Amino acid sequence: MKGNKIRKMHRYSAGYWVNMALLILMALACLLPLLNMLATSLSDKASVNAGEVLLIPHGLTFDAYKYVLEKQEMWRAMLVTVERVLLGVTLNVALCVLCAYPLSKTTHDFRSRTAYAWFFFFTILFSGGTVPWFFLISSFGMLDTIWALVIPGAVPVFSVVLLLNFFRQLPKELCEAAEIDGANEWIIMLRIYVPTSLPSIATITLFAFVYHWNSWFDGMLLMNQPENMPLQTYIQAILLQSNSDFYKYQGMAGYGAMNEKTFKAAQVIVSIIPVLIVYPFVQKFFTQGIVMGSVKE
Amino acid sequence: MVHCDVSLTADRAEESRPKAGRAMHRRLRRRKALSYHAMLLPGVVLTFIFCYIPMFGLTMAFQNFVPSKGLFGDQTWVGWQNLTFLFSLPEIGRIFRNTLVLAVSKNVIGIILPVIIAIMMSELRHTGIRKGVQTIVYLPHFLSWVIIATMMTDMLSPVDGAVNRLLGVFGIDPIYFLGDPDIFPLTMIVSDQWKEAGYGSIVYLAAIMGIDTTLYEAAKMDGANKMRQVWHVTLPGMRGIVMLMVMLAIGNVLNGGFDQVYNLLNNQVKETGEILDTFIYELAFGRTRNYSLSAMAGLFKSVVSFVLISTGYFLSYKFANYQLF
Repeated sequence: MKGNKIRKMHRYSAGYWVNMALLILMALACLLPLLNMLATSLSDKASVNAGEVLLIPHGLTFDAYKYVLEKQEMWRAMLVTVERVLLGVTLNVALCVLCAYPLSKTTHDFRSRTAYAWFFFFTILFSGGTVPWFFLISSFGMLDTIWALVIPGAVPVFSVVLLLNFFRQLPKELCEAAEIDGANEWIIMLRIYVPTSLPSIATITLFAFVYHWNSWFDGMLLMNQPENMPLQTYIQAILLQSNSDFYKYQGMAGYGAMNEKTFKAAQVIVSIIPVLIVYPFVQKFFTQGIVMGSVKE
Repeated sequence: MVHCDVSLTADRAEESRPKAGRAMHRRLRRRKALSYHAMLLPGVVLTFIFCYIPMFGLTMAFQNFVPSKGLFGDQTWVGWQNLTFLFSLPEIGRIFRNTLVLAVSKNVIGIILPVIIAIMMSELRHTGIRKGVQTIVYLPHFLSWVIIATMMTDMLSPVDGAVNRLLGVFGIDPIYFLGDPDIFPLTMIVSDQWKEAGYGSIVYLAAIMGIDTTLYEAAKMDGANKMRQVWHVTLPGMRGIVMLMVMLAIGNVLNGGFDQVYNLLNNQVKETGEILDTFIYELAFGRTRNYSLSAMAGLFKSVVSFVLISTGYFLSYKFANYQLF
């Protein structure tokens, strides 16, 4: 047994090990910046400013986290983000299912399918751009409301496509059997298609979650009051526009202190933790989901 | 109408049972279609409001738009004036050049690198290590550019950034990754790959997994080494998906990457860093607040992109039989 294993090891050529080493290096290149941020956030200011921190914290301290988590504004921004994630993901996934199910039917079963498909497809080909979009939302009086972050992006077309391609691959017999039992289309969609498509639904849920968690541009454009900004917009404003008009906003005075490297790092870590928590659980699904959604028979 | 009657009587003459069945079938189909329309209604309404109305709103590109008069209000029409003004701006040439440089190099490298990564990963037989590598290299895709830009400004700082400190160990002078106009585009391209290359390899890896393994056996029998197997089996097996990705990338020619560039752009590197999207944004929401000019620049981008994206989808339909819907 042991001898067998050794012989097996020998089967790999030098090229194989070089290949593996390169891949591991690549993974490290992706991981190390995050570890550097983590180390910076856990170090004391003096060591960071002296440039002593690379991957291991110097002068271990949780001060940066304490400071970040004591900031009411941080929590408020986090709350806005949680709110938009909850509303937005629910709406995205629900609308995706509702659109993908009829579109997954053949033109024989649903004659208007082609028209609807073109209706959605055209939005990929042509867009009105940011300026009219902004004034439209503003004319609805949606500025500075959570709905401005949730409603305009409610139908993610590429997720609809991903889901409808998955629906198409489900055996037709499932549908026919249910029809004979007297189920209507709504029941077939909710009781048969949705439960059998959980990997795909997990994938589009992840995409919706990441989209809403990471969106900052709509918050910057559509939210005028700092207290309505979602987390990413808040971080963008504080961390990157350190010398801009932002501080002139009410209640934002004295935020210069947040530009300390350790605070920046702590904010980065806090803001990516939810993604890091969700990601491993759905990783298996999204590789599957992407492949199934993009590769067609 | 007459034709219809004739066919009905003909049916009745032959058999009555299938006719009743067909009528019921038709009724069932109509009821089904009704459910389908109802399901699509909310999505269609929202898409119409937030995607189609802004398209009509592009009429403001031909106006002297004043926000207080409203999006479809009584605005002053100025014809093509905004377009001629846009192309008379001294910076417009360099903005297009920057956009093309960034978009083309990001997209070209953004296909080559993921293909290489996918091939390398497919050769890895240690599944534990492969899964670990996959998990890590897909991760940056899920971080926002705000976060990555924050990390970059910190790590790439010429004074105390980790990267320049490391380079210093090898005796290399500090490099102004984000402040030197000659280096800034390269920084954009490399950091874009850092974020997206791993994730981009997913589709190619799937294509490789779909290659018939007997082809490799046959190649081995013919005495092909690993490199030759990759060249003669793996690459031809990926040709379809690579062609498809190339064709779909055509539509990105004017996409320099707003999220990334906006968060990293500064005055020192405007010369090589400013792209069409950041310019459009600045025109409307920066200091000038020239909404109509911005809308005109947006309209120009949309029209060119429309032609390019349509071409991409048309080619991929024609040659790869690819249909999005």
